[in-house]
Amino acid sequence: MMQELQGYLRLDRFPHMWCPGCGNGIVLGCLLRAIKKLELDQDRTVIVGGIGCSSRAVGYLDFNTLHTTHGRALAFATGIKLARPELHVIVITGDGDATAIGGNHFIHAARRNIDLTVVLFNNNIYGMTGGQYSPLTPGGKKATTAPYGTIEHNFDVAELARSAGATYVGRSTTYHSNLLANLIAAGIENKGFSLVEAITACPTAYGRRNKMRSGAEMLLWQKENAVHVKKTERMAPAELAGKIVIGELHKREAPEYTAMYEQLIAEAGRETGGGSVTPLKGR
Amino acid sequence: MGKSMELRLSGTGGQGLILAGIIIADAAIRDGKNSVQSQSYGPEARGGASRAEVIISDEEIDYPRVAHPNVLLVMSQEAYDKFAADLDRGGVMIIDSTYVQERPGIDGAVYTLPISSTAREQVGREMVANVVALGAMVRITGVVSRRALADALLARIPRGTEELNLKALETGWQLAEKVLH
Amino acid sequence: MSQVIEMARLMQGNEAVAEGALAAGVRFFAGYPITPSTEIAEIMADRLPRLGGKFIQMEDEIAGLAAVIGASLAGLKALTATSGPGFSLMQENLGFAAMAEVPCVIVNVQRSGPSTGMPTSPAQGDVMQARWGTHGDHPVIVLSPSSVREAYDLTVRAVNLAEKYRVPVILLMDEVVGHLREKVVLPARGEVETVDRPSPKVPPGEYVPFRPEDNLVPPMANFGEGYRYHVTGLAHDEKGTPTNNPALAEQLLLRLHDKINMHLDDILLDDAKFLEDAEIVVLAYGSTARPARRAVKEARGRGIKAGLYRPLTLWPFPAKKVRELAEQAHSIIVPEMNLGQYRLEVERVVRDRARVSGVNRVHGELIEPEEITAAILEVV
Ligand SMILES: Cc1ncc(C[n+]2csc(CCOP(=O)(O)OP(=O)(O)O)c2C)c(N)n1
Ligand code: SF4
Repeated sequence: MMQELQGYLRLDRFPHMWCPGCGNGIVLGCLLRAIKKLELDQDRTVIVGGIGCSSRAVGYLDFNTLHTTHGRALAFATGIKLARPELHVIVITGDGDATAIGGNHFIHAARRNIDLTVVLFNNNIYGMTGGQYSPLTPGGKKATTAPYGTIEHNFDVAELARSAGATYVGRSTTYHSNLLANLIAAGIENKGFSLVEAITACPTAYGRRNKMRSGAEMLLWQKENAVHVKKTERMAPAELAGKIVIGELHKREAPEYTAMYEQLIAEAGRETGGGSVTPLKGR
Repeated sequence: MGKSMELRLSGTGGQGLILAGIIIADAAIRDGKNSVQSQSYGPEARGGASRAEVIISDEEIDYPRVAHPNVLLVMSQEAYDKFAADLDRGGVMIIDSTYVQERPGIDGAVYTLPISSTAREQVGREMVANVVALGAMVRITGVVSRRALADALLARIPRGTEELNLKALETGWQLAEKVLH
Repeated sequence: MSQVIEMARLMQGNEAVAEGALAAGVRFFAGYPITPSTEIAEIMADRLPRLGGKFIQMEDEIAGLAAVIGASLAGLKALTATSGPGFSLMQENLGFAAMAEVPCVIVNVQRSGPSTGMPTSPAQGDVMQARWGTHGDHPVIVLSPSSVREAYDLTVRAVNLAEKYRVPVILLMDEVVGHLREKVVLPARGEVETVDRPSPKVPPGEYVPFRPEDNLVPPMANFGEGYRYHVTGLAHDEKGTPTNNPALAEQLLLRLHDKINMHLDDILLDDAKFLEDAEIVVLAYGSTARPARRAVKEARGRGIKAGLYRPLTLWPFPAKKVRELAEQAHSIIVPEMNLGQYRLEVERVVRDRARVSGVNRVHGELIEPEEITAAILEVV
């Protein structure tokens, strides 16, 4: 990891737990570059994770960090953001965490357009528990619980977020890391619910079973299959089959939840005899 | 427990009996007494049988449920069939004759009043039948003072309906007056 | 303001919980509607924004408690309210709050179960779930009110204990108390004692987030105040770093228990009537304590030396007191709207020092005084 990003890490927590060839470190690096670019105040930034290999990233970061229960990171984050709208709240989650057990929280956080930035580490598999299929495992791919290949249809999580109400949606891969960092920065800047899907390699639990033995091989796969959204306009649907569309996929203006709540407070009028929320101490 | 009065207001959901129970309990507090009010709901949804219970006492009230009411208001046939037999010996039953037609014999003082039809015809809105019933019930039983009843009523109804409700209360009072004399 | 509040008024149990929460300084509510607790959410939705606080209706109870924990970490006193089915959904995050030591209050207005059961009927079937519902050994404080005024007082107390000891506190009500309206005189706002979480006394550089003070409670920094630290439901060391070290893990779990057990004098609260010379003790909690009190008075009227013992703190269990009662009385009767959950614990502590019996109903109605009187007559 670049020298300049070391100030964002809890170096005493290293070595990290990820396998050789795992893409999680690359996604994390992109997140930190985005934070660096925006010069977010570490004291004023909260990073919330669910449960999974990816979510473990929060423990390595020198911010206010919260490692929650499986699938629930967005619900915890909603409480933090609503309680203290002045804080930046970023959520790190896996594909299983966000779209299986946490699917309900995911669509509702998007629907509220609450100002959270979700970095979804999509490795197409449950890494932490050893390779079971997730709602983002493409049809036909193998997993320990799909030894014959999964017969389920996978979500397009970017599409899901868009239709649920997200105001910013982007996708990139760990191979296209500059783009990924830029998309995350744009997601943080968006005042509303932002999803950045990061396609990342899990050689241990996914690649191995699906004819991609190493992290490097998987990066190559990302390189060869990614198509920038701008190019897709000129492509026929058949050409796009099996491709990963990357870039800024969706952006729109809509009122943000905590801002609307502040307005509600202003309009509801003060009750006499009550206190108010005390401002943050320290600074 | 000698000084306590136990009331049950029964009928169907939507007749406003729970609100009526709350108003009586509130009035009792305004009279300086203790009171508890509880209700049994039908299923989570509306409609169906409805019952509100109130206990008024000078002492601390332990058990909040009413087994044998001293005062029983009955505003539907179903409620009559279910509860009439619970009336305490020497208790007072007030029946809304608009909805209760069949009345097998019951011990105690029974007052049969056209509560709902009077609300409809004389006050103009059947919706306030609960308040007409309150007026009649308090006139007959004296469980709370008239003053406290009116204050509690005004405190618990939507703004803008004061006149309508006070008229309903007075109508109920007069309805009882007629049968008492 | 105080004049209005000091006046006697008719108030519902659920309303008293909301009033108590606000008086205790709760400024955040997240939850999901469920009978018979919904009034609490409705009142909070109305009142909180007018106090500068926040209300949010979440997509389910799992999210409700998650958001409450998040808000608490961000520095607000936070509460959620539910009933059986929702309480079941909250169990995982309840364990999280215990493990990560996040102050929060969960109100469970018990209804008849299992499953959807009878949504509008009372029960006390969640007594053991409140104690042991989440997985793993964990400390918990559970309070149970019998009246509307007590619902108010114990809500304030629940918030204070949660903050003081950094634990989830459960207010275990039942439908009877939740929906009952009765006369209350509430203290003026200024007269309510409120407790805030212990805050760090050292600058951020020296802060060790899970290092306890002498009372075994670690001071708590709120997110955003300059103390950057890690919060996790994994076993962790004093710095909050996840660990698989058996010694560290055990040390943490034992401290979590000890921080409650060493403060029993502060945490346990109870009430008694006619206990001085009682030979028969009726031990009752929640709404069941009301018919129990009537039955005990009735028995005294007949010259029977009966008394009422009423634990307001259900968990931790008042073992010492119950043991004393067993020395004094020949019989203990435990009426409950369940099949004997709390009686199990009473029996465990009493052993053969006294005869323990129950009055147990699961028909969704409050137990009648006569049923308890009959149980008293049986052991005279
Ligand atoms: C309630 C609950 N169910 C199951 C688990 C076990 N579990 C831990 S991580 C995980 C899957 C994680 O997959 P994903 O979110 O894709 O993250 P990854 O590990 O691949 O980064 C599961 C099922 C759990 N911790 N909690
Ligand atoms: S299992 Fe997969 S996701 Fe987890 S650390 Fe290993 S490579 Fe990364």
